[in-house]
Amino acid sequence: MKYLLILIPMALLPLVLNDFWLSQVLTRALIMGTIALSLSFLATYLGVVSFAQVTLAGVAGYAIAYFGPNTVGVGVPLPLIVTIPLALILAMAAGAMMGYIARRSRGIYAIMITLAIGVAFFYFTRQNYVLFNGFTGFSGVIAPALGEGNWGDPKPLYFLSLIVAAICVGLVQGFVRSPLGLAVQAVRDAPGRLLALGIPTTLPIVAAFAFSGLIAGSGGILNVWFQERVSSFSVGFGPIIDILIISVIGGLRHPTGAFVGAIVYVVLDIFAIDLIDRDRFNLLIGIVLLLIIVAAPNGLTQLITDGAKKLRGGAAKSRTT
Amino acid sequence: MKHLKIAVSAIALSAAAMPASSEEITIGVISILEGAFAALGQDGIRGVEMAVADAGGSVAGNEINLVVVSSDASPDSAVAAARRLIEQDGAKIIVGPLSGSEGLALRDLSRSYPDVTIINGSSGAQDTTLRDPSPNFYRFGGDGAQWMAGVGTYAHDTLGYEKVAVVAEDYSFPYTQVLGFMSEFCAAGGTVPEKFWTPIGNADYSSVVYSIPQDVDAIFVALGGSDAVSFLTQYQQAGFSTPIIGGSITIDQTVLSSDASFRDMLIGAPAGTPTVSDYDSPEWVAFAAAYAEAYPDGLGAPSIFAHHYYMGAQAAMLGLEAVGGDLSDGGAAFRAVLDDLEFIQPTGGTMRLDENRNGIVDNFVIEVVELDDGSLGTRAIQVVKDVNQTLGQDLETFLAAGPVSRDNPSCP
Repeated sequence: MKYLLILIPMALLPLVLNDFWLSQVLTRALIMGTIALSLSFLATYLGVVSFAQVTLAGVAGYAIAYFGPNTVGVGVPLPLIVTIPLALILAMAAGAMMGYIARRSRGIYAIMITLAIGVAFFYFTRQNYVLFNGFTGFSGVIAPALGEGNWGDPKPLYFLSLIVAAICVGLVQGFVRSPLGLAVQAVRDAPGRLLALGIPTTLPIVAAFAFSGLIAGSGGILNVWFQERVSSFSVGFGPIIDILIISVIGGLRHPTGAFVGAIVYVVLDIFAIDLIDRDRFNLLIGIVLLLIIVAAPNGLTQLITDGAKKLRGGAAKSRTT
Repeated sequence: MKHLKIAVSAIALSAAAMPASSEEITIGVISILEGAFAALGQDGIRGVEMAVADAGGSVAGNEINLVVVSSDASPDSAVAAARRLIEQDGAKIIVGPLSGSEGLALRDLSRSYPDVTIINGSSGAQDTTLRDPSPNFYRFGGDGAQWMAGVGTYAHDTLGYEKVAVVAEDYSFPYTQVLGFMSEFCAAGGTVPEKFWTPIGNADYSSVVYSIPQDVDAIFVALGGSDAVSFLTQYQQAGFSTPIIGGSITIDQTVLSSDASFRDMLIGAPAGTPTVSDYDSPEWVAFAAAYAEAYPDGLGAPSIFAHHYYMGAQAAMLGLEAVGGDLSDGGAAFRAVLDDLEFIQPTGGTMRLDENRNGIVDNFVIEVVELDDGSLGTRAIQVVKDVNQTLGQDLETFLAAGPVSRDNPSCP
């Protein structure tokens, strides 16, 4: 119910915002938020920080580009009804594989393994011309047609991203209440006890990674339609760090944190150069992010809910007196 | 509350009214102001500012408003920067971007915004204008192949090299540079038995160093910045002394100034470039003096980036002048002027465009020399006039050779 309070105003935003705000700010934030959500999910419920969520998004994006229309003459065009499920399945499979590789590691070791996978994938896409078209990557990856335009136009893509983001939040909340989701949280809390009960930990871990691949892959598909391109730059170290920053500043406690983080990050990224001397705009971005982390160690969502609680508490008191 | 409402609506109205003012023409500039290329991107901005200052900061009574946005060498960031300039800042003219893959991305993007004119900064990928060009994307400058004009012939005929190995980074700009070198060198009768493609940012070149055939007369090195320094250092330390031929960004002042052991190896090495720091034509001397005066903290001389962004912005100024600053027809008249525009470029030649809106340029063969104070500099040894994008070949034949890649061209 409280989600409708957010969703309905967001669905009305296209009436008041121009295309720039709609696509470059909100749609981009929704897409980055969806990818960051896959990281928040792993971090919160499995207790593993993965640096390779951009890689999973990239797998889905590359699949859409390779099996769909593009202008670089690489790939095998397939009908859309095959391409989209295929892209999601590939992202899930990549996620499952990553989970299997990282199944025995936690904390900093899991970070190292996923980071290694992410960077290896980046260099592989840059060198391989048969599947990934090397440095140049794919361009002209147009979203499916819709009436006279296509799904990549500002308004349709905004609604599509909003719906996908809402579904992903719903999926995460459903997943963590399911028996498998509870097993995933048990792995986080006490893997030793789980093993003692005779429940193997590999399956929940692999399943959690595959599920995160599904979410990251959905974001990856939207991203390739949004950018109309995918290349090694889309899966490089820069985007990996961006997604991590978004998850951290938004807060890992709640799935919507990723989206709050994303909107703050995107606005800062676009407008910082207007606020300060153009040689120093990255300094401003860094300082603001640092302040957020210092002032709100549990992320902006926590800060907002705490603030709301305080306000409500204050209001209640004034009413009683 | 009422006052607040009035105030808010007044602000909103004035904000909405601002872009409608006819007194201001917004020109967007995209350059790389972060990461490894930041110093170069900054120099590009200087070029744009110089061109606007030359026009007195306004055209036909309309103030020029420059909005600078940074990209990070990735095509995605260039596209995001351009969309922001077009949709948020209302720019009808964009000067930029800096790097090859960004140029290809903006060429594709320009089709979605037919009313916006994009004038390339310094990006040098060949296909930006050669194959499938876009009617509103202009390049007042050459591509990576044009920047090598003259070097292949010089290496074969004057220096007498017959066999040359290639070491280059594995992406579109070096491919284009290798094409520029090989098309002349192979036509003159030289051979390239082996090419080594290395990833950008590679630190260990030992496998390449020891694989280079012993019987080559020279190595053509098309690596940039720290990659060039790493390769040359390791090659020299391995005990080899085969002569070097440099790409346009290999023989760069930053590489020459590095206090490395390979410096003696570079003396006498030829390279191709559109911008020579100490060229003695009166136009260039005046341009360099104006640059030094405006930017005492700038580089020692205008770089390739200041030079090319300057030409892009200069073309925009001249075009706007001709149409009286009027872009109300979606820029059609402005672009018609640009199509036939001719102007004297800072190195003295006449800049004009071919039918794909790519510049026909003058190019330089330069040579590394030891200056009196012991440091390394470059000297122009030959000017190649009127280099077009097909390097003087017939367009059909040139296109039939196919897009540049690791294996194209080839003459083992």
